[in-house]
Amino acid sequence: MTTRVDDWPDRLFETLKRGGVRQVSYVPDAGHARLIDRCCADSEIRDVALTTEEEGVALAAGAWLGGERAALLMQSSGVGNCINMFSLARTCRFPLLMLITMRGEWEEFNPWQVPMGSIVDPVLKLCEAEVYRAHTPEEVAGAAERAVQQAFGGERIAAVILSQQLIGKKVWTK
Amino acid sequence: MRLERRVAMATLLANRGDDLLLIPGLGSTTWDAAAAGDDDRNFYLWGAMGGAAMIGLGLALAQPKRRVAVITGDGEILMGLGSLATIGIQRPSNLAVIVFDNGVYGETGMQPSHTQSGVDLIGIAGACGIGACLDVRDEGALADLARRLKHLSETLFARVLIAAEEPPRVLPLRDGVALKERFRTAIGIKP
Repeated sequence: MTTRVDDWPDRLFETLKRGGVRQVSYVPDAGHARLIDRCCADSEIRDVALTTEEEGVALAAGAWLGGERAALLMQSSGVGNCINMFSLARTCRFPLLMLITMRGEWEEFNPWQVPMGSIVDPVLKLCEAEVYRAHTPEEVAGAAERAVQQAFGGERIAAVILSQQLIGKKVWTK
Repeated sequence: MRLERRVAMATLLANRGDDLLLIPGLGSTTWDAAAAGDDDRNFYLWGAMGGAAMIGLGLALAQPKRRVAVITGDGEILMGLGSLATIGIQRPSNLAVIVFDNGVYGETGMQPSHTQSGVDLIGIAGACGIGACLDVRDEGALADLARRLKHLSETLFARVLIAAEEPPRVLPLRDGVALKERFRTAIGIKP
């Protein structure tokens, strides 16, 4: 399958569908806008808008208790909001699949995004997450497939990190 | 005279039925649930403060044919107030969020919580779009809540005003993996 530069969100959507994900939670995010739209338009997926990302960690635990698979979409700043709630997934070995768009790295205009963005990888690893990073559109599907397998097959925390190069610069003037 | 928490929990769980799934919140409501009688369909929380209502939401969405009760404390729900907004726009008909409100943080030494100074959980839940919000202050209202929980037909929020007392702790299983597996097995989910 050829992957165009801008259709990697469709690859993520297809991976979630193949993986049997039924609940997708998110805090609205420009980088995930297309994926969120596709999940909202899908009749088999319950889309759950959150007020803060840690809600999605708890939602995914509840979904698994009830026999459903969930995914949590967020931007890198959201990782910091989740850290204590990750203890729920770690202690109970709940599957937790996260798709994370990066801010604070490639051509970031807003310096306030840098402190959290720069520690996303080590923080996730300290929290015992399996981390798969995609720098290019071609790497997205494979990273997502491996994360789905790790999360639901191994009952682990698994994160796909989508580099800011994939998402592009935020446009600040209109 | 405020309600006694152990009596309130026992009243809500009496003849609970096979289809009631319970998420008690971190702290005293977990001890209350254990005191009312252990059940494989209780997922006790020993952590994840602020997460009880959202665990209940994920479970309610995944199990629409079963009733889900989150029974937690005022301090626990205050840490996750945003979850009431999230539940307010999902509104699964099989979810009840019940807050035992004693106005204090019992586990840490009875320090006052925001509700003691007037923060109105019922008003917040109503403003978040939850249509059925009950203020439970006496045995009659508690019995009514128990009835409504039996025949849950819309997202329900209830604040149960309880006394600030510390009954003896009854500690349930605290192995999270074991709690998770027995819960899933009890409701027929294959590994």
